[in-house]
Amino acid sequence: MTAAATTNRKPKRTSRPRRPVDDGWREFVTPEGVDLRLKIGAFGERCAAFLIDVGIIAATLLALTLLLAAIGAGTGWKGTGEAATIIWLLGFFLAREAYFIGFELRPNGATPGKRALGLRVAARDGGRLTANAVFARNAMRELEVFLPASFLFAQGQGVDAGLMVLGAIWSGIFVLFPLFNRDRLRLGDLAAGTMVVKAPRRVLRPDLAQDGPVLIGAIAFTEAQLDAYGIKELQVLEEVLRRADRRAIAEVSTRIRAKIGWETPLEVSDKTFLNAYYTGLRARLETRMLFGHRRADKFDRS
Amino acid sequence: MAELQLKSRRFRAEREADWRRLETLLNRVEKGGARRLNRDELVEMPVLYRQALSSLSMARAISLDQGLIGYLESLCTRAYFFVYGTRARPLERLAGFFTDEWPRAVQALWRETVVSAALMALGAVGAYVLVARDPDWFYGFIPQALAGGRDPMATTAFLHDTLYQKLTGHEALGALAAFLFTHNSQIALFAFALGFALCLPTAGLMIFNGCMLGAFLALFAAHGLAFQATGWLMIHGVTELFAVTLAGAAGFSIGWAVAFPGQRTRVDAAADAGRRGALVMGGVVVMLFVAGLLEGFARQLIQNDLARLSIAAASALVWGLYFYLPRRARPT
Repeated sequence: MTAAATTNRKPKRTSRPRRPVDDGWREFVTPEGVDLRLKIGAFGERCAAFLIDVGIIAATLLALTLLLAAIGAGTGWKGTGEAATIIWLLGFFLAREAYFIGFELRPNGATPGKRALGLRVAARDGGRLTANAVFARNAMRELEVFLPASFLFAQGQGVDAGLMVLGAIWSGIFVLFPLFNRDRLRLGDLAAGTMVVKAPRRVLRPDLAQDGPVLIGAIAFTEAQLDAYGIKELQVLEEVLRRADRRAIAEVSTRIRAKIGWETPLEVSDKTFLNAYYTGLRARLETRMLFGHRRADKFDRS
Repeated sequence: MAELQLKSRRFRAEREADWRRLETLLNRVEKGGARRLNRDELVEMPVLYRQALSSLSMARAISLDQGLIGYLESLCTRAYFFVYGTRARPLERLAGFFTDEWPRAVQALWRETVVSAALMALGAVGAYVLVARDPDWFYGFIPQALAGGRDPMATTAFLHDTLYQKLTGHEALGALAAFLFTHNSQIALFAFALGFALCLPTAGLMIFNGCMLGAFLALFAAHGLAFQATGWLMIHGVTELFAVTLAGAAGFSIGWAVAFPGQRTRVDAAADAGRRGALVMGGVVVMLFVAGLLEGFARQLIQNDLARLSIAAASALVWGLYFYLPRRARPT
């Protein structure tokens, strides 16, 4: 039954149109000639990172202001009002420049907000990220966000509604600018030749084939059974095993048992079965790969 | 352990220790910078990085373990950013910036600087002539909020007082300086960042800035206060106008690169000009800081016209020599 289903679907699949979907992965070749494959930071993530950063700066300034107020109340110093004005006018400006530039110049190339979301700044040409580039991309941020924002918040200085609307439109254009190019570049990235990429830390997880050799003696698959799937299915299987969701494992296991016609007097748990099948399939596909056959998926009959 | 069956497993078992070592070093570096490593570890780093890279190429060729390949990609990326990352020692960089990079970058933009200054002068002369003929033009150039009562309706005595007004006490001075600095740096950043729109907004901003200057001078000249007003404006104006001119020049260089990218793509050309311009702009902010101090403090504290003008002349001389004195070629 399953075999019939496969043969039915085969002609449809071979003629399927290959639509290039932009998944955000970009080639990034190091000077050693290895492609590191970086993922472009998503727009939403970057907004979130930015909000975290601004929040941190604002919280710091607020704490400073409160401290100042406390000192003023304690000592009866008259200059607190003026000092607070300086903190918010000059302090905010200096603090945000120092914050963004300072953090992006550090080895991890990311502000705390970016770091929290696994983002970092990189030079678009794969070369060194220079201090000038970091400065340029942050200077442009002034124009994209803070300048129009200052229009919005400038009250009581004869600023009319027209200017505020202008500011809103203005920042709307610039803030949404990253959505209109492939690499999600904001204007500052464009001017500085940088991009923001996703570079999360990953831990090395145990090899799923670890328990394989011991078990494979007990559970033996025929070559035909191992030829049922290709690389794509192997990767899905790996994901299912790593996620260790009981229901998914049971479901996948039933599907695979049915597909390869698994019949054995042995009672094997779903997880053990899948582990064994994963190891067997990977060994088979890797061996074929060494001989030059890269079997993409189960429809690939090369 | 049973005999290893998968080549990719043996591959991993043989190299895992090196990857772990690289990971530990990277964790330390990312926490506290390269200073966290001693000399041997620093030497070790690039070696481990290249090993990891070759492992990655290898793993892609022989292994189908996504978890492993993903880990190696992330490890190599982190190591790559360390090995080819920014090499900035903050203080050393700062010193290099002021002694060499900034003046050199300003020198390189001399054409744009001339254009930008000429546009400002054009605006100033034009506005001066217009306001001198018909004082009503004044309202067209100066926003009401900025004029603060200094308009053609004001009396000579009032205008004279504004030039020498003393703010009550020292309280407001700091706040005023801070406000002026923030305001001016935003204008300068504006001039720089708007340059990418084919120079036009920057040109407009330069002309308008000149117009404001010209209109103010014309107003005071009509009351016979031209000399005093020049001192009042120029004590900080030399620094401030120079800074705004340079910001405009940096903006022009970006706009020019966008309009006429030559052999490169527009984006690349703009990026090059942007990085060069950003260097200039870093210094412009410093200049504006100085100008803000002069305007907020020195102008209020020094009430003598000649003293004000001599400070203006001195600052012009200092900036001019600093930027345009011929420098030795950079040893590379």
